[in-house]
Amino acid sequence: MLDGRGALRRRAGLRLWLSGGWLIVVLVCAAFAPLIAPQDPLAQDLMLGRLPPVWMAGAEPGYLLGTDSLGRDVLSRIIYGARVALLVAFVAGTATCLVGSALGLAAGFYRGWVDRVVGRLVDIWMAFPPVLFAILLIAVLGTGLTSIMLAIIVIDWTRFCRVVRSETLNQAQMDYVQSARVAGFTRARTLLAEILPNVLPTIVALLTLEMGIAVIVEAILSFVNLSISTDDPTWGGMIAEGRISIYQAWWVLVFPLAALFLTVLSFAQLGQGLRDRFDPVLR
Amino acid sequence: MLVLRSLIARLVTTAVTLFGVAVIVFVVIRVVPGNPIAMMLPPGATEADIERLKTLYGLDKSIAEQFAIWLAAVLHGDFGTSISTRQPVLSLVLNRLPATLELSILALLIAVALGLALAVLGTRFRDRKTEAGVDIVNGIGLSVPDFLWGLLLILLFGVLWPVFSISGRVSPRLELPFVSQFYLFESLLRLRFDLTRDLLGHMIMPALALALPLAAIIAQVLKQSLKETVNLDYAVLARTKGYKETRVILAEALPNAVLPTLTLVGVQFTFLIGGTVIIERLFSYEGLGNMAIDAVINRDLPLIQGIVILFAVIFTVVNLAVDMSYALLNPKLRHA
Repeated sequence: MLDGRGALRRRAGLRLWLSGGWLIVVLVCAAFAPLIAPQDPLAQDLMLGRLPPVWMAGAEPGYLLGTDSLGRDVLSRIIYGARVALLVAFVAGTATCLVGSALGLAAGFYRGWVDRVVGRLVDIWMAFPPVLFAILLIAVLGTGLTSIMLAIIVIDWTRFCRVVRSETLNQAQMDYVQSARVAGFTRARTLLAEILPNVLPTIVALLTLEMGIAVIVEAILSFVNLSISTDDPTWGGMIAEGRISIYQAWWVLVFPLAALFLTVLSFAQLGQGLRDRFDPVLR
Repeated sequence: MLVLRSLIARLVTTAVTLFGVAVIVFVVIRVVPGNPIAMMLPPGATEADIERLKTLYGLDKSIAEQFAIWLAAVLHGDFGTSISTRQPVLSLVLNRLPATLELSILALLIAVALGLALAVLGTRFRDRKTEAGVDIVNGIGLSVPDFLWGLLLILLFGVLWPVFSISGRVSPRLELPFVSQFYLFESLLRLRFDLTRDLLGHMIMPALALALPLAAIIAQVLKQSLKETVNLDYAVLARTKGYKETRVILAEALPNAVLPTLTLVGVQFTFLIGGTVIIERLFSYEGLGNMAIDAVINRDLPLIQGIVILFAVIFTVVNLAVDMSYALLNPKLRHA
């Protein structure tokens, strides 16, 4: 049994390192895209359209992963696409986390009417299909990165709210909260200085998961052409183009899909790994 | 008595939720910048055109008045007229609903079958390599969303090994004898298995993409409760009677372990239905979700409104049905 648990922890450790490592690679690509990318991601050259990756016949050196139908370098567009993906992940993820956690903490700690109002809102929100809700919001807000991030915040705050609320409810019953109240802590101080640190691990794990979700939402919206302009490189936009030319140029679909897949998987594995690590039962 | 009262309370909450959805959809569409008229008119329309359209659609009244009129119409089954097709929204939406329902239910069946198989497999060979394998499969299933599964399936079974169709609901060259939009169901009733095969060939990949994340969740939760149940007294007794382990799991543990999974499946089923929006787009499947995205691209507000409300109704009805069946199946609640 002890051995099994040791193996489990080793596997979990490996999982954290692999996913963390990939995310660092993506982060470096996003930060230093102009230095790393071998070509201009927007440069078109119809003479060089649909070149295969370098290891295949008919490839051009300098276009490692081939080109799309307009002759744009796939690798460079993937590297630049990392910028949009990570920007949305961090900004929208963090903002969603702040809004949802604040409401969840308030509902779980103060109970009463706050809890009832927040609970009713969550119920209403749960009745919306998320992707449809996102597309609806983008339709009225207009396309663009700001709209996408706003849409993610508006839709996904419930994910944090529900979990943080129930966690806060649990913590509020604990003895240490009673002691803090007896020691004369105000309610706000009890919440922020005593309960919040205990709920924080859950919030961090959820935040990591949310970043992966934000990446996929952005990809879906660029896939249906509701993200930023189609020229700017996004993984979702590249996938949409690759889906069309799938029988002529599979590499236009496969490489951005691989980047998206690994990034989403890494965020999810990191989130699950963090949750397991913080879970007192496993520790 | 108690059951009846909680039933009524539940119905009231459902009504409040749906009302809330209606308010939000209405307000989002009307209040946010870029009013609907501007979206409808071609560039170069005159002031008079704008005024005429405003009166036509009742947009010269206050928001509250507009909402009251719209809600009254909706309650009478009138969801307005689609701007892009000039047909009644309700008939457009109802025409597409069967395609989405068939896809969702097929996906649900696949998810339950797959989740059940994985859970039983993991329990049968618990604390061995097989269980670890099941856990890894579950972990990946949980981490990868339906959109990505769809793309991976297209690559695998559409391109690398092209066995299934990657777009549409049915091969366009086929003559369809159907009177309803429930193609799959009707093909079975009419014993036209050639058509069933063609339909399934189109539906299997989108359904699988929707099913995989749910299958992983079912497997995880069901395996957990199965593992708790197989050590209880009656399971041990069955084992001493000489029952095979697989039979102990299937006949003794499963009926008792299935309840927590059921609630979960209900909630997750609504997520699955929500997923059809993008999956239908990805596979060019002619359902509600695909129509919703077209409606957004065409700025067809009445149609968008109708589709979102219909989805919300489906979500709340599914949740209600799950709560009811939970109450019926759970002996503790039944006799309360």
